[in-house]
Amino acid sequence: MNTFVERFLGGRRGLVNLAILALLLLVVLPLSLSVFRLNLVGKYLTFAFVALGLVMLWGKGGVLSLGQGVFFGLGGYCMATFLKLEASDPVSTAIQSTPGIPDFMDWNQLKALPALWIPFKSLPFSLLATVLVPSLVAFVIGYAMFKRRVGGVYFAIITQALALILSLGIDGNQGLTGGRNGITDLRTLWGWDIRTQHAQYILYFVTCALLLLCIVGLQWLLSGKLGKMLLAMSEREDRVRFSGYDVSMYKVFSFCLAAALSGIGGALFVLQVGFISPSLVGIVPSIEMVIFAAVGGRGSLFGAIYGTLLVSAGKSLFSESFPQLWLFCMGGLFIAVVVLFPNGLAGLFDQLGERILPWLKRRRESAAAAPATLEPAIETPSEKGASS
Amino acid sequence: MSYNTSFLLAIEDLTVSFDGFKAVDGLNLYIERNELRVIIGPNGAGKTTVLDMICGKTRPTAGSIRFRNRELVGMPEHQIVRAGVGRKFQTPSIYENLTVFENLEVSFPRGRGVAGCIAFTRTADVVERVHKVAGEIFLAELLDTPGALLSHGQKQWLEIGMLLMQEPELLMLDEPVAGMSAGEREQTAELLKRITPGRSIVIIEHDMEFVSRIAHKVTVLHLGKLLAEGSMEQIRNNPKVVEVYLGH
Repeated sequence: MNTFVERFLGGRRGLVNLAILALLLLVVLPLSLSVFRLNLVGKYLTFAFVALGLVMLWGKGGVLSLGQGVFFGLGGYCMATFLKLEASDPVSTAIQSTPGIPDFMDWNQLKALPALWIPFKSLPFSLLATVLVPSLVAFVIGYAMFKRRVGGVYFAIITQALALILSLGIDGNQGLTGGRNGITDLRTLWGWDIRTQHAQYILYFVTCALLLLCIVGLQWLLSGKLGKMLLAMSEREDRVRFSGYDVSMYKVFSFCLAAALSGIGGALFVLQVGFISPSLVGIVPSIEMVIFAAVGGRGSLFGAIYGTLLVSAGKSLFSESFPQLWLFCMGGLFIAVVVLFPNGLAGLFDQLGERILPWLKRRRESAAAAPATLEPAIETPSEKGASS
Repeated sequence: MSYNTSFLLAIEDLTVSFDGFKAVDGLNLYIERNELRVIIGPNGAGKTTVLDMICGKTRPTAGSIRFRNRELVGMPEHQIVRAGVGRKFQTPSIYENLTVFENLEVSFPRGRGVAGCIAFTRTADVVERVHKVAGEIFLAELLDTPGALLSHGQKQWLEIGMLLMQEPELLMLDEPVAGMSAGEREQTAELLKRITPGRSIVIIEHDMEFVSRIAHKVTVLHLGKLLAEGSMEQIRNNPKVVEVYLGH
């Protein structure tokens, strides 16, 4: 039981962090926000999956990817493909020249469903694909790059190019992908209407549950040998390599893991928002996701989630009143994070804790010393490393 | 060239040139089992480059490096390590954010693949081995200390310990006593003598007093070529060696 807490929940500190986050997501926000706002939070949380992936890849693994939108998009498109097929049954598409295929295909004079779409008639296949397709793409790219020791800035630039390529590719193949408009007008998931308020609530809670589950899983990974290896690699890659490890495969793994998480996020985004388009795949969203992780603290799983929520909420609230100014704010925020607090909010929080805890301890000690009672000393949580 | 040799390590005609400059030029070097060999030579003689080529960090232009009759040239670094070659770097390379225990633990030769790493658990044999090695490298009392807090000499020992965890048959140490106090040097000499049986050790070192204490045989490199080879006594009395290296 104790090892369970240590490994899955990140010890006492991780348990507290997890409880606070769960309370906020599952109780506080649903009780205080309207369905519209809660649905927005749900949408932000789907980006938090990408931020979690970036913590593993960038914060822990030391590899910055500026193309995580690609994997978010791939996951999203896999989900949207299934939903679109379900929405395009022959009855509701009876007025098309070819009934039974998605509307945008009909507009593009397609006469039959493309072969690529056919497997997505199956829900289990589609759900698996939302995780496996991004992982597979990440594996191919990661293997090709990391085996050749491409890293650092070069890797970041290549992933950025990838984001551009995929968004242009989707844009240019209107008949297959819905083009710039994306895949819209999604209605039901296996007969269950995803547009009702009731469904929005349920999908919000499903997103929260999956997010918390992912945190627990990642904490398990990080608390084991893998966490130590990632730390060791970011510090002395050569020493790890000359201790018999194939460092490139660890990077490939981190990249695939980050891609799989992004894919889950993308699929949940589609379910909650009801559409996907190339604008969620390209360079701008990919960089936004990096900013989420950076603001929250790239080394902290919880930090990444708070960072995503705060920056996304800031974006929505701010751009409602000053749409022109938001991009400047975002840029300024990123510069501020890099220059002033490189460990993000989590780093600030840790610093604060390091100052307050000793002060509290001193106060307790002096309070205990003065009346000379026989009370056992109260244990203060020991500060060990950064929160994860 | 598929004849077998009884040498643990057989280096033949090893050459590497960087933009036309031959850092190592037609070197032949044979290391026996249970031997402790020291390589000396002036700066730029190619000593570290030879170790780099053995462990796969640098690719030779020509020549062969055979370890237990297996060609190492062209093998990826991690495969060379897994074949039984351990390498300590010139500046102590340890993981400062991990404790001494964890530094040794991640050097244990199990769970090196990603899947194996995820499934790795700290079993009794790992703990036992960490304690045994920590005792050998004089760090038994410091197992929970973060690497960053060790002294320079202790970091050198820890890195040697990390190699010992892998039980390599060939251990290559690049200036293991650099930055150590006289007392620490003495302890290190003892340590090296103790761990030599059962494996071979190649050491690069400048401190002649230390070399004479540990070396079975000494190899002198100069401008990428073998200048002399023999016992410490022979090397000391070799006029060529005195001229290029020991004289000043």
